[in-house]
Amino acid sequence: MNSHAHRRLAADNRRLLLRLAVSAVAMFGFGFLLVPFYEKICEVTGINNFLRPEAERGARAVVNTQVDASRRILVQFDANLHDLPWRFRPLQRSLEVHPGQLVQVDYEVSNTREVPITGQAVPSYGPQLAGRYFNKMDCFCFEQQTLAPGERRIMPVVFVVDPALPEEVTVITLSYTFFELRGRNTTTAAQGRAAAAVERAASGKGAT
Amino acid sequence: MAAVTHEQLHGHHPGPTGLMRWITTTNHKDIGTMYMIFSFIMFLSGGVMALTIRAELFQPGLQVVQPEFFNQLTTMHGLVMVFGAIMPAFVGFANWMIPLMIGASDMAFARMNNWSFWLLPPAAVLLLGSFFVPGGASAAGWTLYAPLSVQMGMGMDLAIFAIHIMGISSIMGAINIVVTVLNMRAPGMTLMKMPLFCWTWLITAYLLIAVMPVLAGAVTMILTDRHFGTSFFNAAGGGDPVMYQHIFWFFGHPEVYIMILPAFGIVSQIIPAFARKPLFGYASMVYATASIAILSFAVWAHHMFATGMPAAGQLFFMYATMLIAVPTGVKVFNWVATMWRGAMTFETPMLWATGFIFVFTMGGFTGLICAIAPIDIQVQDTYYVVAHFHYVLVAGSLFALFAGAYYWLPKWTGHMPSEGLGKLHFWCSIVFFNITFFPMHFLGLAGMPRRIPDYALQFADFNAMASIGAFGFGLSQLIFLVVVVKCVRGGERAAARAWEGAEGLEWTVPSPAPHHTFEEAPIVR
Repeated sequence: MNSHAHRRLAADNRRLLLRLAVSAVAMFGFGFLLVPFYEKICEVTGINNFLRPEAERGARAVVNTQVDASRRILVQFDANLHDLPWRFRPLQRSLEVHPGQLVQVDYEVSNTREVPITGQAVPSYGPQLAGRYFNKMDCFCFEQQTLAPGERRIMPVVFVVDPALPEEVTVITLSYTFFELRGRNTTTAAQGRAAAAVERAASGKGAT
Repeated sequence: MAAVTHEQLHGHHPGPTGLMRWITTTNHKDIGTMYMIFSFIMFLSGGVMALTIRAELFQPGLQVVQPEFFNQLTTMHGLVMVFGAIMPAFVGFANWMIPLMIGASDMAFARMNNWSFWLLPPAAVLLLGSFFVPGGASAAGWTLYAPLSVQMGMGMDLAIFAIHIMGISSIMGAINIVVTVLNMRAPGMTLMKMPLFCWTWLITAYLLIAVMPVLAGAVTMILTDRHFGTSFFNAAGGGDPVMYQHIFWFFGHPEVYIMILPAFGIVSQIIPAFARKPLFGYASMVYATASIAILSFAVWAHHMFATGMPAAGQLFFMYATMLIAVPTGVKVFNWVATMWRGAMTFETPMLWATGFIFVFTMGGFTGLICAIAPIDIQVQDTYYVVAHFHYVLVAGSLFALFAGAYYWLPKWTGHMPSEGLGKLHFWCSIVFFNITFFPMHFLGLAGMPRRIPDYALQFADFNAMASIGAFGFGLSQLIFLVVVVKCVRGGERAAARAWEGAEGLEWTVPSPAPHHTFEEAPIVR
């Protein structure tokens, strides 16, 4: 290759290098340009309006969280047991509450048998539609309850009735049913035998 | 001897010797060799991480590593394999072979070439060294998703700087390749006469120039979010973590093709050589490669179907992704049509190339399954995805790299690689590969999440199987090391045209290729 052609090739190469380098730098800028692009596309399409979240929420933007003292709701408490040798009752039969008011009530449960039993309470509501507006902050039904033999326990329910509750609902019944969790403690009968065996073993150990 | 007289004729001074020769070299063959040695070292270190991961997952429960370290391992395994092993290996192939294939004496910018390579070892030290800083290495996954990546310790900063450096290295390498291919072809070598490996690398290089800077931008935003009070991705300051995913995958999806297109090129060189037929549908191969590259910019959000995209977006990205199966299908069809009625022999490179087609196609099909948005929402972040991308990255890119290495080792070393060991390497690899990754499909479909060091008991058997396969696969790779060392040391002398059916300018120069080749450009008719 003669030197003239060589020089021309080197110049061509440098020109192409410059162009490609400029496009690489431009693409670096494009990476940052994607940020306003993204924000604009989200804003126009309303997909993800993270710059003005209140615009997206619209009517739901302002939520009244005040206690609605103009309404009174009668809440009745009910307790049931499903094949469970416990005693279970609410400490008050009913209560008048205002929507939006934070209320605590207590239930009493006691185990009448000589073995520990695990149970799970399941709530239900009357009328059924009230369940959606009955917000429980804390409840013994959130967890499994294991009662030692003869144990008595006072358990709270803390709730707020949503002010959005339809006008026609004036009475809500909250009903709990306790079910035994057999998977945890086997059957009460088998549990009784097992407990007796443990007792025998313990007394035997005590004797030696 | 021929090379020495050649150098004397041209009045070259003998350069520095020893280590300085390698540090200061501007020769494309030296640099290509260094790239490949570097990537093999990184491949082994990434492999050790993978085996530690598999050792932990051999049984449910925590036995080998702590969860924090496990997360670092999965992250670093991905980063090291993608940026340290696969990409530099392909650049090494490009450095060695492109000038030989197009009849150029060297790469266009020899000194820049030297610099692109020597940026890599410091980057690797930053990346691997980050295991030893307080808080350990980056553990946000190789995708470095915000907000995790905004919150982690200094290991993340080191990973970001390593990515910056490797990105600069890749961009310089890519610019060099584009200029070499466009300006330095031998007279008569028109673009449509170029070997397909050069074509795939030309397109890959354009992809690199287009998307590596975007990744650099994304990690720079993470860096400024971490230390300079910006809030690109920090939701507390009005940023959006999902935007990181968009920017990352705008880079990430073309990156996937950056790692597979040169593999297509290598396979397209090898299949015709051992089928003793010209490549079927050369022009359609070029167009298919170009359309895969162009489509790759329009499919990134298929990695994000579970981020709560609107249905219109999901449909667009789902159909665009499926569209890529068309040019990819054209390629697989053309390879098979090249083999059709060819006089085929199965030397080691051909075994790897056919193995590639078989296993890569399986990975392609699971890719199509993942492309279906409703299915993807089920398999998102499960082992099904892990199986899919290892089928295309290990059985795709890596197998093609091995195919190419066995194919061109005679040209690089002057000796034929051991056929027996090469075949052993192939059969061990393909069997253990499938033992490792095939069960992962079942694990993923059954719901086993990825990137978690412990799992539910029902996944135990398939995980034990995958771990056994992984150790088999990892150890099989040492066979390759033995093959290369033996081949460098000696063996059967290779002819200039080392393989009977091999075509192309690289086979017209002696084996091993002398230090300087094509000082006078050959004429291509």
